[in-house]
Amino acid sequence: MAEGGAAVRARDLTRIFGTFVAVDHLNFEIPLGAVWGFLGPNGAGKSTTIRMLCGILSPSSGEAEVLGYDVARDPEQVKLRIGYMSQRFSLYNDLTAEENLMFYAGVYGLSRAEGRELASQWIARAGLRGRERVLAGELSGGWKQRLALGCAVLHHPQMVFLDEPTSGVDPVSRREFWDLIGQFAESGVTVMVTTHYMDEAEHCDTLAIIFGGRIIAMGPPEEIKREKMSGELLEIATPQYAEALDVLTTLPEVREAALFGRAIHVAVADSRTALPLLRQALANRGVTVDRIAPVPPSLEDVFVELVERSDGPAEPAASPGRRP
Amino acid sequence: MNLRRLTSIIRKELIQILRDRRTLVTIISLPIMQLILYGYLSNDVTHIPAAVFDESRTPESRTLLDAFENTTYVDLRYYTTGFEQVHRLIDGGDAKIGIWIPPDYAARLRSGRTAQVEVIVDASEPTSARSVLALSTQVGQELSTQLIVQETQRLSGTRPNALPVDVRPRAWYNPTLENVNFIVPGVIAIVLMFVTTFQAIVVIVRERELGTMEQLVVTPITGLELILGKVIPLVALAYVQITLTLFLASVWFHVPIKGNLALLYVLSLTFFFSTLGVGALISTVSKTFQQAAQMTQLILLPSILISGFIFPRESLPRALQVIGNVLPLTYFVIILRGILIKGIGLEYLWRQILPMAVIGVAVFAIAINRFQKRID
Repeated sequence: MAEGGAAVRARDLTRIFGTFVAVDHLNFEIPLGAVWGFLGPNGAGKSTTIRMLCGILSPSSGEAEVLGYDVARDPEQVKLRIGYMSQRFSLYNDLTAEENLMFYAGVYGLSRAEGRELASQWIARAGLRGRERVLAGELSGGWKQRLALGCAVLHHPQMVFLDEPTSGVDPVSRREFWDLIGQFAESGVTVMVTTHYMDEAEHCDTLAIIFGGRIIAMGPPEEIKREKMSGELLEIATPQYAEALDVLTTLPEVREAALFGRAIHVAVADSRTALPLLRQALANRGVTVDRIAPVPPSLEDVFVELVERSDGPAEPAASPGRRP
Repeated sequence: MNLRRLTSIIRKELIQILRDRRTLVTIISLPIMQLILYGYLSNDVTHIPAAVFDESRTPESRTLLDAFENTTYVDLRYYTTGFEQVHRLIDGGDAKIGIWIPPDYAARLRSGRTAQVEVIVDASEPTSARSVLALSTQVGQELSTQLIVQETQRLSGTRPNALPVDVRPRAWYNPTLENVNFIVPGVIAIVLMFVTTFQAIVVIVRERELGTMEQLVVTPITGLELILGKVIPLVALAYVQITLTLFLASVWFHVPIKGNLALLYVLSLTFFFSTLGVGALISTVSKTFQQAAQMTQLILLPSILISGFIFPRESLPRALQVIGNVLPLTYFVIILRGILIKGIGLEYLWRQILPMAVIGVAVFAIAINRFQKRID
């Protein structure tokens, strides 16, 4: 067992593909029993990191320990103790829900009786009752996802790695899924989960924001929002958002202006002094403003700010996905 | 090796094989179709259509034509009234042979002179041409011998009790020289190799293409457990296939089963493992199904050509014979022919088993070694 109560310990963990640095000197520790989130856009290095921690991808340099075992030297010891769920929900579509669970139970060395018992428990817990004999390929996204999670955790691993477990799943299923993750954490399982959904990241005890292979912020979500957001945030509702953005980006008071849902979020140093100035500037250019008010920053605002600040690729398209 | 992990792989593979009915029907009917196809293709050359231009029209010429027809290899289908017609029939492919008996045929025979007969063969297809050429020579010689005996008898009044030289060839194992007895065991071997190699590739590469391999390599499963677990159900399937093909060979093509069938089944295991091992090896070194399929072609095609399945190994260049020595198929073809046609047993066949087992163990060891529980 890991000394000092850390489930994962990464030191300068790096992975290079050819000339592309996918993961760049990551240093972090995941305490036992934590729900640790890894937030970042696609291609930021989340999956690469998880694969290295699971012992299926060797680090180019640096090292990592999972549950006290070095991932490069003892990958099989790590594999005995973890569960892994990939974003592809690696189920056998031609096997039923129950057969999928039983198969993974066997692969983790459980007996048929144990497997049957645990499979039936999971089926009850994940609300799959009545669908035990449905082929996995015929299940809808949310069921598949919960089944895939079952396959990854049926053997009661000490630690679970979930790589974008909620991609392509409807909001209700995502909520139910996070309830399941919450249940694990309560039973003492350490969870490392990657996501590019900002709202999900708020469920984590600790969050690491990764961008361009580097961690650009780390800490509890509230703390990140409080500390990493310099200045304040104004939300502007307008039907003419394109014109409004044009105006706003020219103003010296505006640090950052970005579309946020159906409104514009503007980062300013001080909202009280900036608000009248902005209202005036928009009115001068004939932009109608329905509402303009200070708002608390969301993770997405923090993320946009952090990405702008870091010298990563200045490409707004790489900003994290918003909920559809 | 963990038995629980192994059996869970086997169980899963069996469910998948049995559930995919369409594929199952295909892989079971494929050997049967192939066998029927090859079995009929290998039919011996008989009833070749012939065009006759008999200018003699005598009992003597009739005797000659009967001699041809009695062989059953030749059908005297067209009687013509001119050489031009014979020519046209052969050109058009309606007749493969033309037989021309000159007007003085009978007269020459009666006067003790050599009578000539012309036999024209369409040699654009050498196999049947070769047998027709041999056949016509044989017919001529037999008829001549008969005539000489009659003539001697007439002149001396005594019957010669023996011909000066009497060669008596004996065709062992396959006395009627039936091609089907040669071809069918070979086809069984080829088809089994093809199906087993391919199935091994399918079940391994499929995991990679569906993304389930990524999940499997994160589990404690070992390469040995995974590959063995995938191969064992395929061995069972291969036994179903060999049983069906043997049944068909025996009932439909009347191929004899002279040797010990139980021995054949035991020895087949070595063959199955070696070909499944080759499939496993191919699938561990190829990334996609496309690659694996190409590599399989690279191995299967030469196997068919140099294993002795069609061309006798003795006729191959030395280098190809050496390559043939590392192909499991080479040995299995000998085993199948040995047990089915010659009825021989382990006292001769151990020489085939040993190299085949060595090849099997080697490819398995390499495949398991090459199987990386990593994705980089």
